Amino acid sequence: MSYRVLIVDDSKLARMSVGKALDALHPDWVRVEAANADDAVALLKDVDLVLLDFNMPGKDGLEFAGELRGQYPDMPVAIISANHQVEIINRAGAAGAAFLPKPLTAQALGAFLDDAVGALKSAGR
Amino acid sequence: MSASAANVLDELELDALTELVNIGVSRAANSLREMVGEQVHLSVPQITLLGRNDAIRLLSEREEDKLVAVHQVFDGDIHGRVLLIFPEKKSLELVRAVTGGDLSLEDIIELEHEALAETGNIILNGCLATIANLLERNLKMSLPEILKGDGPEFFELAPPPAAGDVVLFLYIDFAIRQRDINGYIVMLMDMPSLAALKVLLQEFIQRATGAAPPRQDA
Repeated sequence: MSYRVLIVDDSKLARMSVGKALDALHPDWVRVEAANADDAVALLKDVDLVLLDFNMPGKDGLEFAGELRGQYPDMPVAIISANHQVEIINRAGAAGAAFLPKPLTAQALGAFLDDAVGALKSAGR
Repeated sequence: MSASAANVLDELELDALTELVNIGVSRAANSLREMVGEQVHLSVPQITLLGRNDAIRLLSEREEDKLVAVHQVFDGDIHGRVLLIFPEKKSLELVRAVTGGDLSLEDIIELEHEALAETGNIILNGCLATIANLLERNLKMSLPEILKGDGPEFFELAPPPAAGDVVLFLYIDFAIRQRDINGYIVMLMDMPSLAALKVLLQEFIQRATGAAPPRQDA
């Protein structure tokens, strides 16, 4: 099963880096990118899961994750950040998002994607 | 000079550097959170590469009052100076935020120097150490030193910089205990160091993205 993944990060380099890790794990999945939360909104209806940078100009990743949860309750979401303060991790959890440390490792991403596939399958997608 | 300095890094290299610095300050925020026991927000929304005179002008246009800086020298494959600069008025705010606000004004003034040095050291080391690690290089950092002044003198520290010095000018947003403290991180390097940084950034981009190395003969 091929899924569509939305990567939201203001850094092009960071999007390329996440894309590389994703390609290595799931070369058949489709990657969609946005540089901020506002641009991401238009892409949401066509994607299955979302990888969100925390620290972005405009709406930050946590705020956006909270909105996503309201609109798309079954969509797997991960927050990616080097900022692993307990408040950030707790807020990610409260928004129903996984927390992945930056720089992203293939192992951390792989574990999240395995969980996401499980959740998507049980939601019938 | 400043025009060529500003063009040394291309868009993706500057993006990579911004990303590295943000990972660095995020880690510094984690360390500060341990120290103060409350959430700390630190981010670097923008990096600009400037010649020294342009950097002096930019800082004096934005900040009219006295400034305070935490200064450290770094040395290794790239070498130069790094400064964390705040308006002096904000420095007591910062100390109050870091220490928790229960202290008297006398205590805060007494602690100002030490708290600034410690906070600056955490932020600057967080940046530089993360950059060095992700670039797979080693950088040595000197002990922090507190400077006060109007700004231009921060760019003219002894030994005098070479004529071709370039400045990486970073805006830093700092929020702690509901206090917002905006400041700057300034990295001063000479052209050979900037050229070395460019090569390291290209290698980093290649590792991070799997892209082919840029053509050197273009």
